[in-house]
Amino acid sequence: MNNAALENGPSAAADPGAAAPEPVPQWRRTLRRLLRRRMAVAGAVLVLLFLLLALVGPLVTGSQTRLGLTHLLAGPSGAHPLGTDDLGRDVLARITGGARVSLLAGVVSTALALVVGVPLGLAAGYYRGWADSVLMRLTDLVLSFPYLVFAVGMAAILGPSLRNVIIALAVAEVPSVVRIVRGETLVLRSQDFVEAAVADGARDAAVMWREILPNMTNTLIVKATVAIPAGILGEAALSFLGLGVQPPQASWGVMLTSAQQFLSQDPLLAVFPGVAIALTTLGFNLLGDGLRDVLDPRELL
Amino acid sequence: MIRYLLRRAGTAVVTLFLASIAVFLGVRALPGDPATVLAGESPTPEAVAAIRQQFGLDQPLPVQYLHYVTQALEGNLGSSTQDKAPVTHILAERLPVTLELTVLAMVVGIAVGMLAGIVAAVRRGTALDYAANAFGLFGLSIPHFWLGLLGIVVFSVHWHVLPASGFVGFADDPAGNLERMVMPVLVLGTGLAAVIMRQTRSSLLGQLSADYVRTARSKGMSGLGQLGHALRNSLTTVTTVVGLQLAGLISGAVITEQIFVIPGFGKLIVDGVSSRNYPVIQGAVLVTVTGYVLVNLLVDVAYAYLDPRLRTAGAPE
Repeated sequence: MNNAALENGPSAAADPGAAAPEPVPQWRRTLRRLLRRRMAVAGAVLVLLFLLLALVGPLVTGSQTRLGLTHLLAGPSGAHPLGTDDLGRDVLARITGGARVSLLAGVVSTALALVVGVPLGLAAGYYRGWADSVLMRLTDLVLSFPYLVFAVGMAAILGPSLRNVIIALAVAEVPSVVRIVRGETLVLRSQDFVEAAVADGARDAAVMWREILPNMTNTLIVKATVAIPAGILGEAALSFLGLGVQPPQASWGVMLTSAQQFLSQDPLLAVFPGVAIALTTLGFNLLGDGLRDVLDPRELL
Repeated sequence: MIRYLLRRAGTAVVTLFLASIAVFLGVRALPGDPATVLAGESPTPEAVAAIRQQFGLDQPLPVQYLHYVTQALEGNLGSSTQDKAPVTHILAERLPVTLELTVLAMVVGIAVGMLAGIVAAVRRGTALDYAANAFGLFGLSIPHFWLGLLGIVVFSVHWHVLPASGFVGFADDPAGNLERMVMPVLVLGTGLAAVIMRQTRSSLLGQLSADYVRTARSKGMSGLGQLGHALRNSLTTVTTVVGLQLAGLISGAVITEQIFVIPGFGKLIVDGVSSRNYPVIQGAVLVTVTGYVLVNLLVDVAYAYLDPRLRTAGAPE
């Protein structure tokens, strides 16, 4: 874990025991241990499958919005493997289009939350003081709203669109990132290798970036595997409520909203988008469980 | 302990104060103008101005906020823009509905989750353990609203054993109320049960391999006695998780009420957003947040009670 510190710190040269012949890089050992876990591999396969679906699917399946008034609510057939919806649109095409929306919402909102939350958490845990207190009260504030109530409010203020859903989900996620990073920083701040770097005259930013941050990558990776599926579920929920992606654009949540009106005529319409959501989040959850076991971060949320 | 509780209560008050400002500003940031909405169809500028003055909307924001808070503390949250009913009346009508849904879901979730977690931990590596783990993973991954739709398809459309939607008060028709609550409660409880099962299992496994349980075993204590010892120490983890999951439960209620057309808080908020009923959104969100913060405070108190280390010393951040 302290590789980065040993390379940078002055103590590295004074440690002859570390001179082993060409060590296997840390990430390859982690990967090898991860690949030994069947469930984690299954999760990774699911995630990759949906990534592929989102990237190349729409090129193969054709239009997600083309109406087909001659075949409304048709069952699965050769031309439409998953059938058509109430406007005669191809369900498979809309599922693949929805995959793009879902993954975009999950991944981009998580990335945004990390980009904002990590520096804030680092600074708060490193400097402490009044800015830290103010920041903590602000995270308390956001966390005092249940996730979906907050996201519904944000989405209502910003107006319904994919971009705004992503912003709303990211803002709702930032506080927990800040808290995790701050907590880790508080612990790492007093470690010898960090104090050594400080004594060596390293600038604050350099200490945070090169000494502290690399030691919490495991925690952040695990956090991301929890936040991405939460973002996917959040987008689906907001779109289901009519506050997210707007029809005719396809999203799994939007598809479920329209399927709700045809539960008795065509229950299959409600099945496919739900299976897609469940499998994607299951994939991330399995992968996250595996990574958590392999990486074993101290603090989990 | 007292100092810890006081400090904890202090942060809760600060959080509630900030939340009331956030809700106040958030509602005013919503697109659309409440005065125009209130003035009805094709309003004259004079009518809008009159309403603005009547409701104090022409005052500066801090003055409006102060007015709102003092009124709220006196039990007046304004009136609905739809039917002019006092918001407090509407909330009082809707609150028991959401409370029934969430409390029942919580009971089901905790009971099923803890039982499954205990069985999985005690019978580690058996088929029962795998079944419980599978349930945990699927419960985490399946969205509430999809489970609700599937439930309606299977139990209402296909088998006709449960009503698809609607709500009757328990006082009016107890059987009808429970019949309509079965599906929403199970849908909402599943996610919670999954999380609690996973936490109970992992924390109990940790406790069962701890030294004090091994000592108890070597002194000849029965398996059930050992489990009791370990369970007591796992309870703190489970309590924390229940507190953390409360937010998820409220979020889930928002969606579940929408699917099953249950007239609770969640439906009130979502409908309020689409009909731009600002006083109602404001009141409903404020009460939701207050309840959530207070329950979290209670959870922390329970946590301090269950963990003797916190009873005497100051608690960690």
